[in-house]
Amino acid sequence: MLLSQLAQGVMAVIAGVESVGEADAIARRLQDLGFVEGEPVRVIARGPLAGEPLAVQIGFTRFALRIAEANRVRVALGAVS
Amino acid sequence: MSTTAMHIALVGNPNCGKTALFNRLTGSRQKVANYPGVTVERKEGHFQSAAGRHYRVLDLPGAYSLDAVSLEEVITRDVCRGMHPDERAPEIMVCVIDATNLRLHLRFVLELRALGRPMMVALNMMDAAARRGIHIDTAVLSAGLGLPVLETIAVRRGGTDVLVQALDAFSWQPTPASAVALSKPEMHAEVRRLLAAAVHLPAHVPALNERLDRVLLHPVWGIAVLAALMFVMFQAVYIWAAPLMDAIDTAISALGVWTYGLLPDGPLRSLLVDGVIAGIGAVLVFLPQILILFTFILLLEESGYLPRAAFLLDHTMASAGLSGRSFIPLLSSFACAVPGIMAARSIADPRDRLATILVAPLMTCSARLPVYALLIGAFIPRRQVLGVLNLQGLVLFSLYVFGIVSALAVAYVMKRWRRDRGEHPLLLELPSYRLPHPRDLLLGLWERALIFLRRVGGIILAMTVLLWFLLSYPAMPAGATGAAIDYSFAGRIGHAMTLLFAPIGFDWRICIALIPTMAAREVMVSSLATVYAVAADDQAAQALSPLLAQDWSLATALSLLVWFVYAPQCVSTLATIRRETNSWRQVGIAAGYLFALAYLAAWATYRLALWLGAG
Repeated sequence: MLLSQLAQGVMAVIAGVESVGEADAIARRLQDLGFVEGEPVRVIARGPLAGEPLAVQIGFTRFALRIAEANRVRVALGAVS
Repeated sequence: MSTTAMHIALVGNPNCGKTALFNRLTGSRQKVANYPGVTVERKEGHFQSAAGRHYRVLDLPGAYSLDAVSLEEVITRDVCRGMHPDERAPEIMVCVIDATNLRLHLRFVLELRALGRPMMVALNMMDAAARRGIHIDTAVLSAGLGLPVLETIAVRRGGTDVLVQALDAFSWQPTPASAVALSKPEMHAEVRRLLAAAVHLPAHVPALNERLDRVLLHPVWGIAVLAALMFVMFQAVYIWAAPLMDAIDTAISALGVWTYGLLPDGPLRSLLVDGVIAGIGAVLVFLPQILILFTFILLLEESGYLPRAAFLLDHTMASAGLSGRSFIPLLSSFACAVPGIMAARSIADPRDRLATILVAPLMTCSARLPVYALLIGAFIPRRQVLGVLNLQGLVLFSLYVFGIVSALAVAYVMKRWRRDRGEHPLLLELPSYRLPHPRDLLLGLWERALIFLRRVGGIILAMTVLLWFLLSYPAMPAGATGAAIDYSFAGRIGHAMTLLFAPIGFDWRICIALIPTMAAREVMVSSLATVYAVAADDQAAQALSPLLAQDWSLATALSLLVWFVYAPQCVSTLATIRRETNSWRQVGIAAGYLFALAYLAAWATYRLALWLGAG
């Protein structure tokens, strides 16, 4: 499942970040910001139009991502370590 | 100052409290400039430790990673690596990290550590961490990192003493094991290991952030709060500033009268009184509005609210080819496009930044307000519409909306024009809410005021003198009749300009008055007064209204109002675009499209009004 498909308020765990094309700077930046396998993640809000952007809680930090960015992040529902 | 000052650099993620720490260390002993060739702010300050040692502190731009994606991050990367052409490598890097956001910030520490350069870690916001129940064993963290770790509280007096003592005693012992480059996953694994060993984290995110975001990011309540904030802000900018502006106006007039009495009649008196004092005064009057607006913006920024506003508006602005990040620069542009265009530096994406810069002049800046007030007062009847609304207020409001809608449309056309298929990420951190500290607010305001005053002293002064010359020379020949302005260079230019402007309803007098508005738009009022040979004093607007109402058709007035929505002729704005984009081409594009839009819209308005019988 993709982060963009995650329902609001549901806890999930990041399964990985996919690069789009070669040398995907956005995917690299997502990893630098803490979107790495095993991190717990939660969607805390969605923008007023078209459900975009997403406000995402990862660790103690919150980020606003557009859907194209959130589509790079795979998540899995389930137990949070 | 001693010549053996130690060079240190503060480096850290955005929102780590680095600037507050910089302010605490250096106080007002700061110098703000640009890095050569790029529009990235370079902040440097100095201080002396209790032990008497001198330090030169460089506050590097915030960066998430050395894998740079913005101009700011490139500078930080190059300086940290000692590869910046104009900047010496710091003798000590102080990596500032937020104790409440260790998971994100420690990763950057590891990345910097791999450079193998002398560094220490400032564990900032220890007070906030304690309040949230985060316990950090600094000794364990320091041992795990192989780096000195010092606790700091930038917002508290004495909160940096331990750091300064450690700087005084600093000696670099490289630990070879630590300087190994780790892959991205390895770095995160190392961060997890460090957190497990040194930090006790509470199970839940802080309740305050959770509760505030539930309201402020809400699709309905969030928008309502944003709208209410904007309403209060604009009320404040236009109402609270009025007495201060009157005071400045009075002081400038008094200075003019005093200078007039002091000097003998001649070109020098004319230059000083009519040129320099009147011209500079016309712009200085806007300082209160700009400071009030910036107080609001700084409050919203320091408290962590502005990124939330960007979140709410991002989708709308992105569909028009802008970004949520464009919100702050465009908001500033309602005071004046110059600080607005400078604020666009915070937009990392080059396309979004350029689009924001190019549409910023369409936001109705406060300099247009006196012109709108004059024309609306003279031509729009004071009448109630639908029982509650005032027709004059409605026209003023629609002029603002006209500007905003035009900006979105222009950005949209630019996006289409470029057939841009590239991706422009948002990736915006929504930092924890915090109470702004008065010291940081005051230093921020002082910085803005200085930038504005420097502009007044530079380009506006030069333009004012030039225009004074055009309006005053050549002098009227002896025995000639009519206004002196008819014989001046400006007068001749005005007559020549009617060739171009007659189709949109402007006569030669309006054309002459348009020339000085290149320095500042609000000068339109006083220059119309000069042209109509009305004494240019405080009553200019009142005396001018009936004259204009008698002399101009309604169609001409409406056409001029619409012209000012686009008003391409602000030289300071164009000069700022030149400086911020480093390109004359962008200046040409901005001036060209604004002129074309102004002309077309004014022409359409004029023709439509004539057709409807308003000639």
